[in-house]
Order: sequence, then C-alpha cells, then structure tokens
Amino acid sequence: MADRLRMVEAVRETLRAELERDDSVVVYGEDIGRAGGVFRATEGLLEAYPDRVFDSPVAEAGIVGVGVGLAATGLRPVAEIQFQSFLYQGFHQLAQHVARIRSRTRGTVTCPMTIRTPYGGGIHALELHSESFEAGFAHVPGLTVVVPASPAETAGLLTAAVRSPDPVIFLEPTRLYRSFREEVPADDELPLGEARIVDSGEDLTIVAWGSMLRETLAATAELDADIEVIDPRTIYPLDTETIVESVRKTGRCVVVHEAPRTSGMAGEIIARITEDAFYYLETPVERITGYDVPVPLFAREDAYLPDADRIEAGIRRVLDRN
Amino acid sequence: MPREDIAQFTIRSVQVLAEDGTVDEDLAPSLSDDELLDCYEAMKRARRLDERAISLQRRGELGTYAPAIGQEAAQVGSAFAMDEDDWIVPSFREQSALMVRETPPQRILEYAMGMEEGAEIPADEHALPPAIPVGTQPLHAAGVGWGEAIQDSPNVALTYFGDGATSEGDVYEALNFAGVYGAQTVFLCQNNRYAISTRLEDQTAAETLAQKAIAAGIDGIRVDGNDVLGVYRVVSEAIERARDGDPTLVEALTYRRSMHTTSDDPSVYREAAEEDEWEARDPIVRFQVYLENRGLLDQETKATIDERVESEIADAIDRANAARDELDPADMFRHVYAEQPPELERQAAAFERKGDRDG
Repeated sequence: MADRLRMVEAVRETLRAELERDDSVVVYGEDIGRAGGVFRATEGLLEAYPDRVFDSPVAEAGIVGVGVGLAATGLRPVAEIQFQSFLYQGFHQLAQHVARIRSRTRGTVTCPMTIRTPYGGGIHALELHSESFEAGFAHVPGLTVVVPASPAETAGLLTAAVRSPDPVIFLEPTRLYRSFREEVPADDELPLGEARIVDSGEDLTIVAWGSMLRETLAATAELDADIEVIDPRTIYPLDTETIVESVRKTGRCVVVHEAPRTSGMAGEIIARITEDAFYYLETPVERITGYDVPVPLFAREDAYLPDADRIEAGIRRVLDRN
Repeated sequence: MPREDIAQFTIRSVQVLAEDGTVDEDLAPSLSDDELLDCYEAMKRARRLDERAISLQRRGELGTYAPAIGQEAAQVGSAFAMDEDDWIVPSFREQSALMVRETPPQRILEYAMGMEEGAEIPADEHALPPAIPVGTQPLHAAGVGWGEAIQDSPNVALTYFGDGATSEGDVYEALNFAGVYGAQTVFLCQNNRYAISTRLEDQTAAETLAQKAIAAGIDGIRVDGNDVLGVYRVVSEAIERARDGDPTLVEALTYRRSMHTTSDDPSVYREAAEEDEWEARDPIVRFQVYLENRGLLDQETKATIDERVESEIADAIDRANAARDELDPADMFRHVYAEQPPELERQAAAFERKGDRDG
C-alpha cells in the first residue's frame, strides 16, 4: 500500500485488508454499511464483503453484547460505536462480559472483539459527541485500550487490534480523521502496549496521545528546548518502561490529555513515574488536561480543550523550575 | 380507509401433560422409554443437587446459591430438546439444564464455592458461563445464533432467563437483533412469577411475556412450564425453526417453589398457602404419575435412580471440596489476558512476595 492516507482512510483500508485476509472478521455497527459510516470510515466495505459487513439496529448494548456470542462461535467481531459517549449504553456489557469472560472461564471462552469508536473533541459536534473516557476503559481489567495519533499508527494498531486474542477498545480521535495525510505502509502490524518516541530529547519528557499529540508537537515546535515526546499509543497496557526511562533521563515531565483531570490517565502515569523515577525528578510533574466539567457544548469547547498555548506554558513552567 | 385494523396477533399456549398426569396423545413428543426415564432422572438429579446445595450453604460450605426447585420441567425439557452441538446460554439458575448437557454437578458446586473453575466450559461443550447480571445473556445468545447463521452452521443457541429479565432493555435488544439478522436463537423465558420479591404484575402490564416477541417481529409462544413433555415439544419446534433462521421467544409458565437465592426469605413477601398450591403442581410429581401410569417407573427403578443420583452428587461434593482445598489464589492473574501485560506480571510477582513493593 504505502499510500498517503488520512486517518479515516487508514481505518477503512485496514478493515478492508483484515476482511480480505481473515474470513472470520465481521464488521458491524450503526450506519456503517449502506451509508459507509457517519465519518465514512467503512465506505465501500458492504459492497466488497456483503456477507460479513452489517448495518446494525440502533442499540449499543446490543452491538457490544452480540459480540460476545459472535466471538464464541469463532468469529472476530469488529464493531463500530458511532460516538464514544454512546458506548456508555453498552458499558455494562463491556464490563460485565466482554472484558472478563476470559478470566471468569479460565481461558475456556474468549472475546477477541474490537470496538472502534470516534472520540474526543475539536470538531464542534453536538453535545455528548466529544468525550474522552480512555481512563474509564483502562480501569476495566481485561480490556486493551488503544488511541492512535496518526494515519500510520491507526493502520498498524487497528491491524493488531483486530488480530488480538483479547477485546480492544480502539478510540479514534475524531479531530484527526481528515486533518492530515501520511505514508501508511501496507500490512504493518504495530505491537500493542508499546509507546512511540516521537521526538528524542534531553531536557523534558512530554506524554500525549490522540489529538493532543498534535497540539503538543505544535507547542514544542515553538520552544527552544530539547524535548522528548512520547505517544503511548496503548493506554492499557501502558508502556511504563519507555516513559520511566525517558523521565530518568530528562528529570522533568508533562502529561497531556483532553479528558477531565481528576482520575484521568495523567494521574496513573504520574503515579508510575513516582514509583519508578522519583529520585530522578528535578521538579514536580505537571498535567495539562481538560477540566472537571462535562465537555461544554461547542461554543465553549475551545475553552475546555488543552491547546498548544496551554501546553507550551506548562512546558515552560516545568523547564523554568529549579 | 381512515380507520382499519392493520395487524392482529395471538399468543398460543400449549400443555401436553396435564396436572393429573394424563397426556394429550396428539401432542405427545415421540420419546423412547429410555429417553423418558433419562428425563425423569435429570429432573431428580436437579432437585437433589438443589436440596443438597441449600443445606451445604446453611452449613457455611457454599456461597450464595440460586435453587431452581419447581422449574425442573422447564429446564430439563428444554435442554433435552437440544442437539449435541447446540449452544446453551444460561443465567445463574440453570443448573438443571446445564447438567443435561456436559456440565457436571462438580462445576456447579465449585462456582457456588466462589471458584472460577466452576465456570470453565468443557472443551467439547457449546456453552457460555452463567450470567449474573439479569437479562444480559440473551444478547450473547443472539450473537451466537447470528454467528452460526453467518457461518452457515445448523447450530442453534438456547438462552434462559426469567420474568424479571424481560424488563431489561437488553432482552428487547436481543429479540430485536435476532429478528433483524435471522439469528438461530431460541429465547426461553422461565416465568417463575417472582423476580426476588417482585410479582409479575409489578414487573409488567403485559398479559403474557410471550407477547414481547411480537414487537420484535419474531414468534412468541407460551407453554406450561411444569409440563416437561410440553416444554420438550414446544422448544423442539422452536429449535427447528431457529435452524432455518426464525427465532422464537418461549414463555414457560412455572413457579419458583424455593427462595430466589439462599440469601432470600420468601415468607416476607408471599403466603405459605400459595406455595402449597404450587407444591401440588410440582413438575416431578406430575411426570412421575405419568411414567407410573405407563408402567415405566416401579419402586425398584425409582430407588435405583435415587441411589445413583445421591451417590453422583455426593461424589461431586467431595471433588468440589478437594478442588477448593487445592485452590491457587495466584490463578487470578493468569487468565485476564492471553499474554500477561507487564503491570500484571509485576502485581503477580508482588503477590508472591517476589517484588520489592506491593504491585
């Protein structure tokens, strides 16, 4: 392949490739067939694989729950939930069954299911179309939680998700769907649970994922400092080692996410840094996050979301402290 | 036409074996004498396991247990209607049905002893583990039945749930999905009249539970759930339709003669007179009269069955106790993911006091 693709096209081409490669892959969700998905992420798949691509009823608990049964019969369900906030209607199926069926049956029943869903803010959408609940999913043992930040990452990580023997929540930053193109190699499976060092540096470590990685890179471009940028790519299992090694080297760290601050993933990441790199820290770790408020409607959305300015200011504070 | 009737629906009810033990020969399923006796033995095994489990729980040797006393006909009759490769998708009260399949009583006891071993699915069995959250598993059965249809397999999924579950949105979603996709699924609602303490009339204004199929565009039928031959017949027919992609909701009208679980005291919310009334309609008694009348069940056969059941369950209790004594707590770390993530490796090591901190 190695085409220059947008993220939404990377989703589509990856699903197409996995449908082609493996007859057990089935793709379903609301409006994903005839309409090709509300973001067109599944456009053309129904025509190409009419026996394994399905429009589903508007029933999120149903979409998640039937996956348990499909998987039991040997299929690999790849479901789309139209927006992440609507996955709350299927959260009970996720937490009560999908995530724990392997452990509660001691591995005799498994659920190799992928649930893709657009997440995060920045597209001026309706209320409840902009949430970032990655920490909530990461808090459910048994789930793997993935957030790509580029088209190539999307293809590589989604390939790995579909092939994973365990359920994967695949959170696609809506804002990045069409924001840029990059080379996407064909059939390039990226390992789950491994972070990517986007930029190497010595002065400060910054951890950011999804659309916040882009804001972070915009911020670091403005700074005359040698900053190491880490994209964890997988929220659970988290690549603690890469983050901790980096912080041991730089002694300074900023963690960025658009989800609310309290009980967000930054708290977990900082706890791990405290456990494994505390004596290397030269200054407290800073979090740049969304606020502890429901994501506002879009007229106030920009005020909520961390942006390059806030991130840049945070980095400066941490760099300036002795 | 400004006003016209555009759709009409009826719900049929079936009974094959009447309360007095007489049978409607036109409707009687063609089961051999051996099959009839197997069915009887399965009901007796289920009853005895429940009785033993309740007393074990009272002695502190078992955790919370949900007996199905009074529901043996609904469970055994339906499980007997399944083919070997069909799927059973149970809730937490389906020990009677599970034992007809490949689940030995030892596993049921282990589960009630709080061990995941009890929810292991035997390698040659098509089953999902018991679902604790009410009404969640019919969706899994819709998925199984849909998955089998996608793969052009003849296998059918049979799922069990209760009257209370029909108030859950998931159950409607399951019926609806099954209808849309032609899932090879049979939904068996055991209407045992109580959801813990809540009576049916406080659960729904619907006249029957079978009619809940109508809104989803699938077939709905009611059967006397204390009539093992009726249940067998109705579920067999539903399974055959399901093989062709036509799902059915079967309402088996029965009565939970015992407590919801061992943590429940039914005397708080119902009269003893009502329980007595249902004791007279007991599904095992009714079937026994029928078998006796047919000359299949004499005192000797009954005694042989009782002894076999007694010793099987005693063995199962011994084996479950032995498994509990061997229990390895560190096992909890081993099956969360196919491959243990580093976080879990570290926590498992800390649990074994191998690390230098608590996780």
